[in-house]
Amino acid sequence: MSVMKRVSLIFRAKANKALDRMEDPRETLDYSYQQQVEMLTRVRRGVADVATSRKRVELQMNSLQKEVTRRENQARDALSKGREDLARAALQNKASLQGQLNDLQGQYAQLQDQEEKLTLASQRLQAKVDAFRTKKETIKATYTAAEAQTRINEAFTGISEEMGDVGLAIQRAEDKTAQMQARAGAIDELLASGALEDHVGGQQDQIQAELDAIGAGSDIDRELAQMKGELSANAPRQIEANANGESGTAEATGTQGAEQPRAAEQPQAGDGS
Amino acid sequence: MIVRILGEGQFRVDDEVAAKLTALDTDLDAAVDSDNEQAFKAALGAAQRLVRESGTRVPDEEFVTADYILPFTDATVAEVRKLLADGMIPGDSIGLP
Repeated sequence: MSVMKRVSLIFRAKANKALDRMEDPRETLDYSYQQQVEMLTRVRRGVADVATSRKRVELQMNSLQKEVTRRENQARDALSKGREDLARAALQNKASLQGQLNDLQGQYAQLQDQEEKLTLASQRLQAKVDAFRTKKETIKATYTAAEAQTRINEAFTGISEEMGDVGLAIQRAEDKTAQMQARAGAIDELLASGALEDHVGGQQDQIQAELDAIGAGSDIDRELAQMKGELSANAPRQIEANANGESGTAEATGTQGAEQPRAAEQPQAGDGS
Repeated sequence: MIVRILGEGQFRVDDEVAAKLTALDTDLDAAVDSDNEQAFKAALGAAQRLVRESGTRVPDEEFVTADYILPFTDATVAEVRKLLADGMIPGDSIGLP
């Protein structure tokens, strides 16, 4: 037998099983209505749950995006310092992170889709439940138990099919949300512990450490260069002063008097560094 | 004939569309039997398009049961197999005395 037919029979069997259990069908109308209202609450809660999951994924996407940008900046920084090896490592990390980000974007789209569908399902069920309420009051007011039977059967199987549809939709949404939450939980933990870097590339800390070392190293180089420059500017005069011999010492001291404090400071600064 | 698309609601279709659907249902059945996901998606998509384009929505006030029920738009073969095998619909206890 065909798929569409078989599925419809499964839905009908469900309604028929329920109808068989009824004694006075009219008494069951109110009870059934209560259950429908509960189902509506469940659908709305389902929509809220999916929305929460979607927002969580959104936050994670933002965090991952920041990490991606950070790696890109690291790569640029490394290249500007002539460290292509570090730039390459940073870009490799970035690629892994980008992969995770793309994955999350796919999940985000799926959750959005679920949310929309469930919202529509909730609106549809609401309309159907409202119609059922009107119908049940009419049936109760107008017909005897025997007369009511056929009309109740119609209303009941109709609403039962709708409830089954929505029930399946919620179950799917719940399954999807549970899957996402498990994955989201794992990524949250990784992001929080800072282990994402190690998990993804295993080299992030070294990259930053090396870049920091290069940064510190170049500062020291600059300072050294500055000092060398200052030293070499003073050096010719000191040689000149020595060349003038003992007789010229007083004169040399005299002419260089103004600069003496600076000349005296420099060796000290050099010793200190 | 009344057709329900799970997740979308009920539609009323004429005999001509019903005949086309029956033909597509054979494809659907074969795809589920042979576990052919691609063929399943193609047949399901075609059947749903046909119903949406040629059918009219059943109003909310009308309580009727569907002759055909089409799976969810993004359903998989495994999901349909499970539904057919278990015959279980969540919410079995809901709305029942």
